[in-house]
Amino acid sequence: MGYGVRVDVRGDFALFTRPEMKAERVSYDLITPSAARGVLEAIFWHPGLRWIIDEIRVLNPIKFTTVRRNEVGAKAKARVMWQAMVNGDRPPYIATPKDIMQRASLLLTDVHYVITAHFEMTSQAAASDNPGKFSEMFRRRLAKGQNYHQPYLGCREFPAQLCPCEEDVSLPIPEELRGEKDLGFMLYDMDYSDAAHIRPQFFRAVLRDGVLDLRGVEVFK
Amino acid sequence: MAEPIKNRYDFEIIFDVENGNPNGDPDAGNMPRIDQETGLGLVTDVCLKRKIRNYVEAAKEDAPGYRIYVKDHVPLERNNREAYKYLGVDEKKIKEVKKKDADIDRKIRDFMCENFYDIRAFGAVMTTFVNAKLNCGQVRGPVQLDFARSVEPILAQEIGISRVTVSSEKEQEEGKHMMLGHKFIVPYGLYIAHGYISANLARKVTGFSEEDLALLWQAVINMFENDHSATRGSMAVRKLIVFKHESELGNAPAYQLFERIKVEKKDPEKPARAYSDYTVTVDDTDLPAGVTCIQMI
Repeated sequence: MGYGVRVDVRGDFALFTRPEMKAERVSYDLITPSAARGVLEAIFWHPGLRWIIDEIRVLNPIKFTTVRRNEVGAKAKARVMWQAMVNGDRPPYIATPKDIMQRASLLLTDVHYVITAHFEMTSQAAASDNPGKFSEMFRRRLAKGQNYHQPYLGCREFPAQLCPCEEDVSLPIPEELRGEKDLGFMLYDMDYSDAAHIRPQFFRAVLRDGVLDLRGVEVFK
Repeated sequence: MAEPIKNRYDFEIIFDVENGNPNGDPDAGNMPRIDQETGLGLVTDVCLKRKIRNYVEAAKEDAPGYRIYVKDHVPLERNNREAYKYLGVDEKKIKEVKKKDADIDRKIRDFMCENFYDIRAFGAVMTTFVNAKLNCGQVRGPVQLDFARSVEPILAQEIGISRVTVSSEKEQEEGKHMMLGHKFIVPYGLYIAHGYISANLARKVTGFSEEDLALLWQAVINMFENDHSATRGSMAVRKLIVFKHESELGNAPAYQLFERIKVEKKDPEKPARAYSDYTVTVDDTDLPAGVTCIQMI
């Protein structure tokens, strides 16, 4: 565990969609471990490592707002694209009057988290890779504000501000988050071990004094 | 295809609206979007992307490589035969590829990226032949925009209007000659949106090039110039401030760069009604090493 990292993450809006409410999106109360992993991976990732989220600390009260947007319901079809590619047809496009739908999203506003995580080496790591190197690369990028792409909170339109978090800072927890809060089942992450059948994993999220401890948490498939 | 961009960019767009509705809220009867807690006006990311797409479509008129995937119009004919430079010599080879080719999704992805400007810039979601490849057919574009927010709380005003037409013939027969309608306006609002461009996604995924970037800046600067309508009032992009990083990964956190841009009202007592009521200053002295600040307008 010597190579743990602690990152301060904040943003004006966030949307960690509940999988059971995807048409009209509803956010979880706080960032999911998989979204937190995505934030870290935006800074640094390599096939030789796998991020594991240990703890999520919630520093701002949980607040929601709604936004309804005109969205497109259709996806680009690989088959149609393929035909256009092979036959030299003019590529198709999505016409918004036909495929448009209005969808509401329940967003979180003004979020602030401290994410504690560590990584494990995977079998993909090259011989010259070692945890110290990866850890240094991550820290350096975080300190300099470098990233692979701008990290975001659930959806790309909600960018995250990241900065290093000093190890021993005692952070104030909002009054309403004191005590124990059972948030029910929450998405832990997707299980990518079988590429043909990617499966979601869930866990029982319990927030204790604003802290979601994920160490040794029981994961259900 | 031109070479992909090599630098990370963070940019801030400052735009204003005068007596218009920049972005209606379908949940609130098309009132301007407002953050209920702060009273600040909002303009969604997708609203701005629509304007950029429309500008590119108008400027490039569907030139090869600059088509727009998500269109505002009714579909035209789909089978307009046309030779693709992309296929060139490879056409036969591609035909031979079996549908079970593991690489087919990548080829289709590249085809889409090369043909459509908006996919190159913003990405797209696609169904795939081969399951679980390409992260379920998602193409992430390098250009990312956030919600624009007004500098100060906005006042959404409802304006009653009368029109000298009626909806149905029945009303005409009943002797009605005019009806009342309404529209919402924001007397004045200065909005700020942020954007991020990842050189890594440009290089590894969509091939977003320097020319594409130049077109993006042009599109952002002119996005309201071709979007005049009765609802919008007068809207204009006042400033486009771009932070160019020397490296692909970037040289400073984006939010620290954005904090250098200060927008202040000249007279805090008076409600703002024009851009001249604000001062925008950009502190570009001692920027972090490797970052340059370019004020496009």
